[in-house]
Amino acid sequence: MSLAGERPAEITQYQQVQASPEFIQLKRKLRNFIFPMSVAFLLWYLAYVLLATYAPAFMSTKVFGNINVGLIIGLSQFVTTFLITTLYVRYANRQLDPLSEHLRRQIEEAGL
Amino acid sequence: MTLAQTPAPAAVGNPTLNIAIFAVFVAFTLVVVFRVSRSNKTASDYYAAGRAFSGPQNGVAIAGDYLSAASFLGIAGAIAVNGYDGFLFSIGFLVAWLVALLLVAELLRNTGKFTMGDVLSFRMRQRPVRAAAATSTLVVSFFYLVAQMAGAGALIALLLNIPNTDTLGQGIVIGIVGIIMITYVLVGGMKGTTWVQIIKATLLLVGAATITAWVLGRVGFNLSELLGQAVDKNPVLTDATGKPIKELGDTLLNPGLQYGATPTAKIDFVSLGLALVLGTAGLPHILMRFYTVPNAKEARRSVVWAIWLIGIFYLFTLVLGYGAAAIVDGGSSRIANAPGGTNSAAPLLAFQLGGEILLGIISAIAFATILAVVAGLTITASASFAHDFYANVIKRGETAPDSEVKVARRTAVVIGVIAIIAGILARNQNIAFLVALAFAVAASANLPTLLYSLFWKRFNTTGALFSIYGGLLICVVLIVFSPAVSGKPVNPATGRSASMVQGIDFHWFPLDNPGLVSIPASFLLGIIGTWIGRRRDPDAVAQHAEMEVRALTGAGSEKATVA
Repeated sequence: MSLAGERPAEITQYQQVQASPEFIQLKRKLRNFIFPMSVAFLLWYLAYVLLATYAPAFMSTKVFGNINVGLIIGLSQFVTTFLITTLYVRYANRQLDPLSEHLRRQIEEAGL
Repeated sequence: MTLAQTPAPAAVGNPTLNIAIFAVFVAFTLVVVFRVSRSNKTASDYYAAGRAFSGPQNGVAIAGDYLSAASFLGIAGAIAVNGYDGFLFSIGFLVAWLVALLLVAELLRNTGKFTMGDVLSFRMRQRPVRAAAATSTLVVSFFYLVAQMAGAGALIALLLNIPNTDTLGQGIVIGIVGIIMITYVLVGGMKGTTWVQIIKATLLLVGAATITAWVLGRVGFNLSELLGQAVDKNPVLTDATGKPIKELGDTLLNPGLQYGATPTAKIDFVSLGLALVLGTAGLPHILMRFYTVPNAKEARRSVVWAIWLIGIFYLFTLVLGYGAAAIVDGGSSRIANAPGGTNSAAPLLAFQLGGEILLGIISAIAFATILAVVAGLTITASASFAHDFYANVIKRGETAPDSEVKVARRTAVVIGVIAIIAGILARNQNIAFLVALAFAVAASANLPTLLYSLFWKRFNTTGALFSIYGGLLICVVLIVFSPAVSGKPVNPATGRSASMVQGIDFHWFPLDNPGLVSIPASFLLGIIGTWIGRRRDPDAVAQHAEMEVRALTGAGSEKATVA
């Protein structure tokens, strides 16, 4: 699967691509989005689980009618999940796909 | 999501009608499976449906794979009886999809062919890593499979009016379900199985939407009013004889009814929450679905479709659960004591609203759900055994694709038979325990290794083996010695303990769910193993370059084989 098996000492074409400014930019753009976003939604989810477990009195506070804080925070987990999904798709379509498609064409034309 | 063992007080509905509607579903799906599978030829057809499904189609199929009986019947029932705490499950199950969307789906699609083992072995030593990946895939699939088949027993009790004590009667039905499932997999391969998922998911979503609209229509589309009715109707939860068990009323709307009793129960819930959110992206039958689309962009679209469908479905279950508590005659207590236990909430609600016909339709959908999920699990487990273990570990990659598919088909039959036997044996077991185990194992054994191999340059074979086997072992050992398996107090009403094993107590781990310990341990073991196994390998740098470039750009990824 790897070219490296044939000539281990040399720099492979994949390594050249990996070191290219365009690829470095793609990698940075991807990681700059997915890592902070993952930390954010995991912390937000964890906060929710901890609130439900250790602050039931707060979660049981009625806001209007029979709707309490717990239900609102629970439903807002749905809202943030849908929101992050939409944001990621927009970001990927605009920022990531053009770069990755360009790189892929280059690589495939180079015959890897 | 627990199954009560109390005998049937009053059965509802018409078993013949339930069977008839289900038979129509089976006949229809079998025709579809036979039609679409004519073009199945290569390994890529069998394992990955020629990678020719569109993102939206695959998204619906993922929803079909993911929304198991535990989601549909279990969560609605948990909300009907335990109120808010049932809702917590659905949030974990949904948020988990962001891990799959952001961190796993696209990179996995770009670097693998059929299985998780493909991705892990990309830059590691093939044989040990594939053997490890196949092992954890089989373990996760097995527990998930048993949970689904155990759920089938509960459904049979409820819908066909065959009591849990009638082993032969239930055994025959479970056997028939198993044989239909094996037929789907053998005839249809991944393509046929995917179409079964799509049909089932559509029916499930339409069915749940219909009842949701019906329930909301009765309260003028006012959620607060529905919650109020659920509270007013259920001041107290009673057992089958009418003896009060606990106060409900307003507490139905508050967290803590099920998990807030003791400090240990609270920690247990945090542990479960962690396993749910990190387990999904490590479930092998979900991972394999990303290979049925032509490229990473379609994999992304499929997750987006899945997230919307699954999220909307869980919003329905909130209404179904509180609706069942508010509308079903006898409320939460009747649901808790019905045959099939809390799983009966949605079917009882359907009966209350639309009589025998709606109950028959919902029952058929519930059966279809089990059938489809089990088929998805079987094809995944058989693919992992044939592709990772047989072809690459035993035969060292020197086997014709034809013989690999032959092995996969035979494995599917073996797994199907095991599922039938396990389903019969596990009929009276608690499905929540088994599903939680599957999620915990997936989160402990699979996810850390997957994330490390996609994002961590220095990760190596030793690290992968430490993380997979270590996570798997810790997780399973902690479960075996947990109160879920032995040592819970005996319920004086039923004379049975809530644990799996009766009459003996060998537990020393305090939590039902091991996630809080086993998941961090697996991440840590991955780091320790990597450090122990470090060595200067000239190939490693080049292999990492190839994997990273291919993961991010999709260059050289597996192409669709049929248009």
